[in-house]
Amino acid sequence: MAIAAALSRALDSDLWWSFRRSPVTMLSALVALVCILGAALAPWLAPHDPFDLATLNLGDAFKPPAWSAEGDALYPLGTDDQGRDMLSAIMYGARVSLLVGISAVVFSTVVGVAVGLLAGYLGGWADGLLMRIADIQLTFPSILIALLVDGVVRAALPRELHDRIALFVVIFAIGISAWPQFARTVRGSTLVERNKEYVLAARVIGISQLRIMLTHVLPNVVGPVLVIATLGLSSAIITEATLSFLGVGVPPTQPSLGTLIRIGNDFLFSGEWWITIFPGAALIAMVLSVNLLGDWLRDALNPRLR
Amino acid sequence: MAERVEAPRGAAPVMLAVEDLARHFDVSRPLLQRLLAGEGRRSLKAVDGVSFEIPRGTTLSLVGESGCGKSTVARLVVGLYRPTRGRIGFDGRALEQARADAAQRRRMQMIFQDPYASLNPRWRVSDIIAEPIRAFGLAPGAAAQRARVAELLTQVGLSPLDGEKFPHEFSGGQRQRISIARALSSNPEFLVCDEPTSALDVSVQAQILNLMKELQARLGLTYLFISHNLAVVRQVSDQIGVMYLGRLVELAAAETLFTAPRHPYTRALMEAIPDLEMTGRQRIPVGGEVPSPIDPPSGCPFHPRCPLVADRCRAEMPRLLPPRGQAGTVVACHAVEEGRDPPPAPAGADQRIGTTATAL
Amino acid sequence: MPPPVLSVRGLRVEFPTRRGVLTALSDVSFDIAPGEVLGVVGESGAGKSMTGAAIIGLLEPPGRIAGGEIRLQGERIDTLPYDRMRRIRGKRIGAIFQDPLTTLNPLYTVGRQLIETMQTHLSLSDREARQRAIGWLEMVGIPAAAQRVDSYPHEFSGGMRQRVVIALALCAEPILVVADEPTTALDVSIQAQIIALLKRLAREKGTAMMLVTHDMGVIAETADRVAVMYAGRIAEIGPVRAVVKAPKHPYSAGLMASIPPLDRKVAHLAGIEGAMPRLSAIPPGCAFNPRCPHVFDRCRRERPELIETGTTRAACWLYDPASERQAPELLRHG
Repeated sequence: MAIAAALSRALDSDLWWSFRRSPVTMLSALVALVCILGAALAPWLAPHDPFDLATLNLGDAFKPPAWSAEGDALYPLGTDDQGRDMLSAIMYGARVSLLVGISAVVFSTVVGVAVGLLAGYLGGWADGLLMRIADIQLTFPSILIALLVDGVVRAALPRELHDRIALFVVIFAIGISAWPQFARTVRGSTLVERNKEYVLAARVIGISQLRIMLTHVLPNVVGPVLVIATLGLSSAIITEATLSFLGVGVPPTQPSLGTLIRIGNDFLFSGEWWITIFPGAALIAMVLSVNLLGDWLRDALNPRLR
Repeated sequence: MAERVEAPRGAAPVMLAVEDLARHFDVSRPLLQRLLAGEGRRSLKAVDGVSFEIPRGTTLSLVGESGCGKSTVARLVVGLYRPTRGRIGFDGRALEQARADAAQRRRMQMIFQDPYASLNPRWRVSDIIAEPIRAFGLAPGAAAQRARVAELLTQVGLSPLDGEKFPHEFSGGQRQRISIARALSSNPEFLVCDEPTSALDVSVQAQILNLMKELQARLGLTYLFISHNLAVVRQVSDQIGVMYLGRLVELAAAETLFTAPRHPYTRALMEAIPDLEMTGRQRIPVGGEVPSPIDPPSGCPFHPRCPLVADRCRAEMPRLLPPRGQAGTVVACHAVEEGRDPPPAPAGADQRIGTTATAL
Repeated sequence: MPPPVLSVRGLRVEFPTRRGVLTALSDVSFDIAPGEVLGVVGESGAGKSMTGAAIIGLLEPPGRIAGGEIRLQGERIDTLPYDRMRRIRGKRIGAIFQDPLTTLNPLYTVGRQLIETMQTHLSLSDREARQRAIGWLEMVGIPAAAQRVDSYPHEFSGGMRQRVVIALALCAEPILVVADEPTTALDVSIQAQIIALLKRLAREKGTAMMLVTHDMGVIAETADRVAVMYAGRIAEIGPVRAVVKAPKHPYSAGLMASIPPLDRKVAHLAGIEGAMPRLSAIPPGCAFNPRCPHVFDRCRRERPELIETGTTRAACWLYDPASERQAPELLRHG
């Protein structure tokens, strides 16, 4: 009953209405859904296990896609230099890309929202200090920050240990490079909300600052955060792919889409285009659809554009 | 320099005593710009030496135009701002001390102007009203809390079922009722009402004013009422203070203020209210505008607009003194002190018998 | 009677929304004679500002005029293309809004804005235009106008800015001024000055004026006739004295009774129970029927047109001789 009621309320909402009116958004949602499901369910859906060395057959290396003359129906998108099925490799690769992207966004959201709330609500020197740090960081391109963090960790840790935590290092590096955007947006909305009378009413009865921030201000500033998080997801995926393409991202034992593109890049000019084009196309589809969803969300949540 | 003002002496003990209250805001430009422009720090004296007392169970209203500091006084009195100077006493205790003690803090509440900003749009009405109940632990158990919220909703003329809804489902007047219910939920004795009806339509304003008067009578509440609307103020007040540029220029019993306004500014305010009686009388509006509180005029702040201005007014700040033959009133005006003002009469009484006026 | 400057007939404004088309204004009709000030009052959401916006051709989309006609000196203006309407807005209709900052361009001096407006619509040399600009600033009561003409809008206080806006609205010598809450953002003492100014200018220039406000006091002081609006319709229209002193429509009567008196303290203020319905939930029959103390069957079934009451015209069945119920003494004689 309650679920049915919630569902009918959701279907009746303005968000759903604007979603249904935008074919581009519906298509993006579909593509994003396919990407996410394909990635999340890779171990069950993928036709092969690209990491199972026992099933690899070097004799199957460099097979072109199934629809070309020398293609093999066993490998719909062809195989790479080691005889790995490209479709499976892409699904597993997308899994890594999404895992890193989502984790990084969650990380930067948590840091950015916390910093923005504190700076906006407390004001004064805390605000000045936190926002100057954000300003300074914003003057550097995020890829540079991520490279820097990755480089420092690589130099500081023994190789063996680094390999084990490499995934977390990448997530941290990407996440830390994106928090200022969240902090700035949240600070701006917080400045508006904290002077509203419902916050004053809570202060009059003596509710603690932390509690006011979490129960009153936070729920009223999350709208824009959702938008930046969605747009941030696509740029996090791109950053991860760039790092992996440069060979400093995720460990080669867990190839992401970026790693696949880098590997395929070596064969692009020798005619084995599918090894790099298909992971590239998958990356574009994923990033574009998420980005379009973010754009739609931004417009749909903006009361002035409605 | 500011006079301690005695409230009309009755049996009722004083609920709120404010003495020489001041609040200055720093409105300087950022350091770097200040250095480049070679200017010093600037401060805005929003409130500068205000004193009054509110006896328990009565209403004191502060009136004045925007920027006169009346809302700042309201916020100082509930501890939202710290005073720059002066003392606030709440039922015999220093305000700071009272604010630190939940059992005392519970006794003061505030109602705000904007019914659209004063309720958290993401909270259900029942949660909004229950917040003070929870904060002060006033109704142990979910069932007791629900019962209390239902009782409060009924008390302000809403249905207990309204608790399930969100604020956006209500009209402005209904939201103000919800605000009142929230304020009442901690069983307060003292309510600060900051322009509680200014954002409402006139037919709804009447409902809310009636509700507030009825609650005061029933629960023995003490009100500090802030408004720019003299007609509204007359309906609810026992005492009225008229503010101009951060100071009280006149403080009097409500009826006295309307029947015998003394300060030239008070008279000008009453003169300025549009006339619903259509006597065809030509009003003489007071000239000029309220000066900037950052750079107030010398001497009496009203002197540039005052019809009774004399040299002394430009040089010396008048003190709040009782005018001759009018106990219970204090006026900060050299002309009144020296007896240079025209005899007191109800605002435009000769032409304006039966005047009713104000905004919808 | 001279022909009216403005004539509005059966004006209907609709807002298409996802839940269907909302009717924001319905069957609004009135005339304004030369030199006449028509006050339009009502509570928030009654449609008074929208009526003004429809007349000056500045309805906010997706709002649209869906019926009726608006004539300025006999010429239909509701169907004009945007560009032609813009020219009429500068020359023949002046507009004054609540917030002067929305009308003034912050990048130009007030003199330049006045001069440009005048030169667009009147053939004047630069010198003449400047002289007139200074003259207008003097006329609206700006001290040291010859110097202030070269100031920017932000250098004026709120009350002074509203004076500049009034000068700007009047300088092309329009035949109609639409003023939407021109004094609402101002303090009472300034408000009184602005009302006095508007009244004087309307009289002196013979300009017709539509004054939209929620402030009955302003209307009582300034207007010749009043239209009281409720839920997108005119509830009552008539001479200001009759409407203010002896309102015939139960809503107007409730409205007047709700205004707290300045000259005495009353134990209980009369109000109107309930609130104005939202546009999406206007009841059938008379829109006021759920709040009306005199409601009877017919009010819930049929929507009343404006009916002659003797002093005013009111959209109320109490005044239809054919109704089963007639207006009580209290309303009949005020």
